[in-house]
Amino acid sequence: MKYIDEYRDETLTRNLLDEIRRTVTRPWKIMEVCGGQTHSILKNGLDQLLPAEVELVHGPGCPVCVTPLELIDKAIALASRPDVIFVSYGDMLRVPGSEKDLFGVRAAGGNVRVVYSPLDSLKIARENSDKTVVFFGIGFETTAPANAMAVVQAKNQGIQNFAMLVSHVTVPPAISALLESPDVRVDGFLAAGHVCTVMGYWEYEPLVEKYNVPVVVTGFEPVDIARGVLMCVKQLEAGRAEVENAYARSVRREGNEPAQAVINQVFEPCDRPWRGIGVIPMSGHRFRPAYAEYDAELRFPEVQTIATKESSLCLSGQVLQGILKPNQCPAFGKECTPQSPLGATMVSSEGACAAYYRYHRYAELQIPKDQTPKPLAPEPELSVV
Amino acid sequence: MCLGIPGKVTELYTANGMKMGRVDFGGVVKEACLEYLPDIRVGDYTIVHVGFGISQLDEDEARQTLALLREMDMLAGELPELAEAP
Ligand code: SF4
Repeated sequence: MKYIDEYRDETLTRNLLDEIRRTVTRPWKIMEVCGGQTHSILKNGLDQLLPAEVELVHGPGCPVCVTPLELIDKAIALASRPDVIFVSYGDMLRVPGSEKDLFGVRAAGGNVRVVYSPLDSLKIARENSDKTVVFFGIGFETTAPANAMAVVQAKNQGIQNFAMLVSHVTVPPAISALLESPDVRVDGFLAAGHVCTVMGYWEYEPLVEKYNVPVVVTGFEPVDIARGVLMCVKQLEAGRAEVENAYARSVRREGNEPAQAVINQVFEPCDRPWRGIGVIPMSGHRFRPAYAEYDAELRFPEVQTIATKESSLCLSGQVLQGILKPNQCPAFGKECTPQSPLGATMVSSEGACAAYYRYHRYAELQIPKDQTPKPLAPEPELSVV
Repeated sequence: MCLGIPGKVTELYTANGMKMGRVDFGGVVKEACLEYLPDIRVGDYTIVHVGFGISQLDEDEARQTLALLREMDMLAGELPELAEAP
């Protein structure tokens, strides 16, 4: 397919890897932020083809993985109501809640549907006027414009039996939090290509200046990723720290301004807990007052406070911060597999644990002794979102 | 979740006041909302994520990047001894 195949070219990828080998003189840790990139890296074996000096660590960029447990539990509570049709992107169905997952709700007779686009949920709402259609609005900045448009359309078309459970998260505050954390040691970042397609990359310029860390906007195909790593290594070796764009066919500095405008029309920033990581200030979206009528948490206030119970075995918080590799988790491949996952990172098509399992990175490693698991901030017990 | 796939816009129309289009992904044609791409026309490439075009693909840029990378390839092929040098 045009503009995919060319960027999967093996020769070009190998040449870029050779160039990285010629450039690198000492060890560097580079974090790819996006879970989609993690999967591409493992699928194409880039982690094994890179010179030993360049270590790729995997970041928190998997919206399914970081959706807080309390919101999964709220989703399950909403989906269990006979007056609700619960609509979601497919990845969320197997994410374990405290007691069960959305698949379990569906198996027990709950009306849970999977859609490709949030606009599909409006169609379901029009066809089922006796029920309230609740859409699970998860995602990063890439997905937020689509979810926001569904809300705007619901309002424009006068669809009242539609609401959204919003769990958007945003990347720059998460990168700041990682850079502030004493446990996280990352020398450079590959920024997520499609988040930057929407938001641009000007937001990273103050971060690069403050923390003196290179950020390279990177795409998803092997050539894109190898090129992103090369540009990052070149900066590190030269002692530079800049924002560079290795995905210019899709990303402009200012991003997609019409998309940003609609996000801002519907949502405003708020503090948001990230599953396994803790609360990251101003890292999420909530409804603006003008659209509050579509907020599922206000529409169904009884789901406001649900006590959550997280698996004590799951170390996904460390995995999502690049502190641990999935195969360093003692439960990896044992108590925890894609068939019976303990954490969302083993379920999601972008989760690092799922990628390690799927692409056979089983080699068991010991957890380094100096890396005692520590969240950035404690996760709140009760929902305050 | 953030995966987006490039495809070619084959048709434009309006539905519920939104700019919509049909996008061809190497033979598979799907509907997409193109409201966020005010300048996109039939024949242009877009990157589609959850049914929304999020970017108009810059084809000149895509070609130039590939040309640059292929040039690097030729250079590396012609100068193997340099490539091995520390
Ligand atoms: S392997 Fe399973 S238990 Fe371990 S961190 Fe990943 S999801 Fe959690």
